Amino acid sequence: MAEPTVTLNVTRYRPEQDRAPTNQRYTIPYKNDWVVLDALNHIKDQMDGTLSYRWSCRMGVCGSCGMMVNGVPKLTCAAFLRDYYPQEIRVEPLVNFPIIRDLVIDMSDFLDKLKSVKPWIIRKEEKPVSQGEYRQTPAELEAYKQFTQCINCMLCYAACPVYGLEPEFLGPAAIALGYRYNLDSRDQGRDQRQGVLMSHDAIWQCTFVGECSVVCPKDVDPAAAIQRTKVDTTKEWFQSVLLPWGQK
Amino acid sequence: MIGEKTTEPLWWGLFSAGGVIAAFLVPIHILIAGFAVPLGWISDTGILYRNWSVRIYLFILISLPLYHWAHRFYFAVNDMHLGVPRKPLALLCYGGAVIGTLITAWVLLRL
Amino acid sequence: MSGTRPDKSKLYYQKVSATWWLKKPSYLLFMLRELSSVFIALFLVIYLIQLSQLIDGPQAYVSFAQKLSSPGWILFHLVVLAFALYHSFTWFKSTAVILPIRIGERLLPREMIIALNIGAWVLVSLVILFLFLALKG
Repeated sequence: MAEPTVTLNVTRYRPEQDRAPTNQRYTIPYKNDWVVLDALNHIKDQMDGTLSYRWSCRMGVCGSCGMMVNGVPKLTCAAFLRDYYPQEIRVEPLVNFPIIRDLVIDMSDFLDKLKSVKPWIIRKEEKPVSQGEYRQTPAELEAYKQFTQCINCMLCYAACPVYGLEPEFLGPAAIALGYRYNLDSRDQGRDQRQGVLMSHDAIWQCTFVGECSVVCPKDVDPAAAIQRTKVDTTKEWFQSVLLPWGQK
Repeated sequence: MIGEKTTEPLWWGLFSAGGVIAAFLVPIHILIAGFAVPLGWISDTGILYRNWSVRIYLFILISLPLYHWAHRFYFAVNDMHLGVPRKPLALLCYGGAVIGTLITAWVLLRL
Repeated sequence: MSGTRPDKSKLYYQKVSATWWLKKPSYLLFMLRELSSVFIALFLVIYLIQLSQLIDGPQAYVSFAQKLSSPGWILFHLVVLAFALYHSFTWFKSTAVILPIRIGERLLPREMIIALNIGAWVLVSLVILFLFLALKG
């Protein structure tokens, strides 16, 4: 009995020999419960050990395996072959990022932008351990919890047409994480983040296309975070212009 | 440039206000001024618009959505990557909205 | 080991097509939403011109309004109305995302916020229409 097969059309880019990316087709056994990552692992283990790609947890929490599957940014550990079978599946590196090799992209720009919003609790004065833990009510947690779910997978950056066009744009995840810390009742670092968040290009390039929230595998809704940041920033700006006293 | 001061919140605030006005008020005014009055469903001599409260309402109705257009159009043209240089485009859009505001005020004052 | 940053000289920079917004339905709808602002602005310009006829008196205003009954202008206003309605509904959808409403412990569902906005819009429109009919003289 002939085993069912499926074909993956995968981007290849070997900087030591290629001027530009090409593609290579691999026909593999089709298994009903496989995801695209399983297919890539099969290719690497059994057929072509030179194929390069990132992956780790294979369960949608590490954010490593983001790639374009049939033109849509997806975690390959969450993209089931059965949703594409028997059609050929196109697997490409995330768009809007430079390609290092094959399916591996350079994420330095994202990491720099993420760091710039200071995504950690900032205190004016650290509370000593002897004074105990920071307390937070369920309502205070609810206020920012959704935005903590980000796994830095960068699918939102691949979905965002503005990030593809504007190199200075901070991007969905970075802004959402800046917003997350501004909303955290334990945080006192809003002023330190505002310099970055308020500045030209940082959030203002966003035109609320909304695709970032559509592709987010963790329902973070970065589009909402960005628009709310715009509202907060605008309110503050009008306050500082119309009521300059009381500002530092 | 990240870190640079910006007046962007001003334009975004005006864009939002214009968007609200456009969303809630423009459709009914299209129905009235674009269909009902021209097609004779409702008679209108226009003298209502000489009333000062009505003139203020009309000023807000017409001028704010111009800033909504300016902001959205500026970003849309940039997003379409047509290669239009930024500063002249910004001047055309936001400047156009300001000029439109002045013309609107001038017209309404003269009614 | 040279560190964690890749050799920049060998990176391949993927280009974004200028027609990116034609490639996906959601991107096209987005661009139409943005361009709705053009039609709204166009309408308001025509509306201002219509109002400005009153400078020459009610007769001039009425005869200009009659010009707007031509098929060309009716088509224009139909197109403008379609884009204005598209703006209104996408605006209400955006409002529901941007301004969450909390009742006690719970968040109002987004569909409800959109419905409330539509209700308010219908109400406001009827009030404007009623005031116009009552006051136009």
